[in-house]
Amino acid sequence: METSTFTTKVGLAQMLKGGVIMDVVTPEQAKIAEAAGAVAVMALERVPADIRKDGGVARMSDPAMIEGIIKAVTIPVMAKARIGHFVEAQILEALGVDYIDESEVLTPADEENHINKHDFKVPFVCGCRNLGEALRRIAEGAAMIRTKGEAGTGNVVEAVRHARSVLGEIRRLQSLSPDELFVAAKNLQAPYELVKHVAETGRLPVVNFAAGGIATPADAALMMQIGVDGVFVGSGIFKSGDPEKRARAIVEATTHFRDAARLAAVSRDLGPAMVGIEISTIPEAELLASRGW
Amino acid sequence: MNVGVLALQGAFVEHEAMLRRLGVNVVQVRTPAEFATVERLIIPGGESTVIGQLLATSGLLEPICERGRAGMPIWGTCAGMILLAREITEGRKAGQAQLGLMDITARRNAFGRQIDSFETDLAVPVLGPEPFHAVFIRAPQIDRVGPAAEVLATLPDGRIVAAREGHLLATAFHPELTGDDRFHRLFLTL
Repeated sequence: METSTFTTKVGLAQMLKGGVIMDVVTPEQAKIAEAAGAVAVMALERVPADIRKDGGVARMSDPAMIEGIIKAVTIPVMAKARIGHFVEAQILEALGVDYIDESEVLTPADEENHINKHDFKVPFVCGCRNLGEALRRIAEGAAMIRTKGEAGTGNVVEAVRHARSVLGEIRRLQSLSPDELFVAAKNLQAPYELVKHVAETGRLPVVNFAAGGIATPADAALMMQIGVDGVFVGSGIFKSGDPEKRARAIVEATTHFRDAARLAAVSRDLGPAMVGIEISTIPEAELLASRGW
Repeated sequence: MNVGVLALQGAFVEHEAMLRRLGVNVVQVRTPAEFATVERLIIPGGESTVIGQLLATSGLLEPICERGRAGMPIWGTCAGMILLAREITEGRKAGQAQLGLMDITARRNAFGRQIDSFETDLAVPVLGPEPFHAVFIRAPQIDRVGPAAEVLATLPDGRIVAAREGHLLATAFHPELTGDDRFHRLFLTL
């Protein structure tokens, strides 16, 4: 018997496909998310919208708070570590979280190296803006990828940009001859073996979710139709007027993402969505997606 | 013959790919209309609480129960097994949807958290002498089988991880994540 193999790490993400992973900051929110149909919860102290507002250094959450959420629900619990902060990751692994998000939403701890995720038994999800970034994270041991989007804005435009970039570059690779893949790997700054795998199979070797700015059922369905495997919703739920109803609606929309009549039905009377921020009004230094490389 | 794969949430594409390799016509089932076109159904791995809720809101709970009781072959893997089970050891929360077609008792997250997920070679006599490489992910187990159900596989410590009751099949692990299609072929003979 072998525990925590790459197959079981990727496998959990495969079981999450077609689902919605929701940010929660208390055990009560975790229970609401679970009851509303979340496939997993992301335990953190402040949702990205508040991290953006409060400023300062954003770190791993208090273990007591993460444990409280682990005890509150039966679905998988994820938690965030800072980019490159492998000790935060060791602590999260010791707490028994089911997935670690090495996240640009927190303040990076290392501006050159991401965590060597092969060293861990717990699987990791990492953000990306393009295919090269996705493949570099997979080379480091990530078992799941998500677009970065621009977290805490309630604006889906960056998630769309990143998902279209990843999926478009995959399609481009498929059109190349085997002779051209070596240079393609060089240009993507990604390992040749992974580039070859993507060119041959037409997809990433791990599950690929959308994240960053998803606030409505239509946003979730948009990302699913573009071609991601599932969605993360951060600030979009508990920063809205009626979190439980909105959460249920986003879950329905992620499953029935091609059924417009259904999407119309679940989008009705949800109360106010989170306010949202136009990306161009954010000073460049405050953009989260440019963290990590 | 159309084989349906319940496509509300979870690893349904993997089952679909396995069935297609066997030359089977596969239908993704999200609606009662799609369900009406299939003769068999696989309920995939995923989160049982989520799939249960979506079964109810998608109007599929009643039709699947009805045709399952009338003899339609149904196979549940992992979360699907939990939904098929008549009882859950730790109890179902009020209002939690279930099919409850199979006379077994399932225990959710029976092996611990994600870091306890594992792979192992499993003896499955009904598939022949060759062991089956089984992938367990936050897996359930079967605590009890009813008199009509037959145990198909146990771990070395005696825990039940696969069972059959007539036209119903339950596995705690994920044959769709391996290259071994013997469970899929077994299901097509039920």
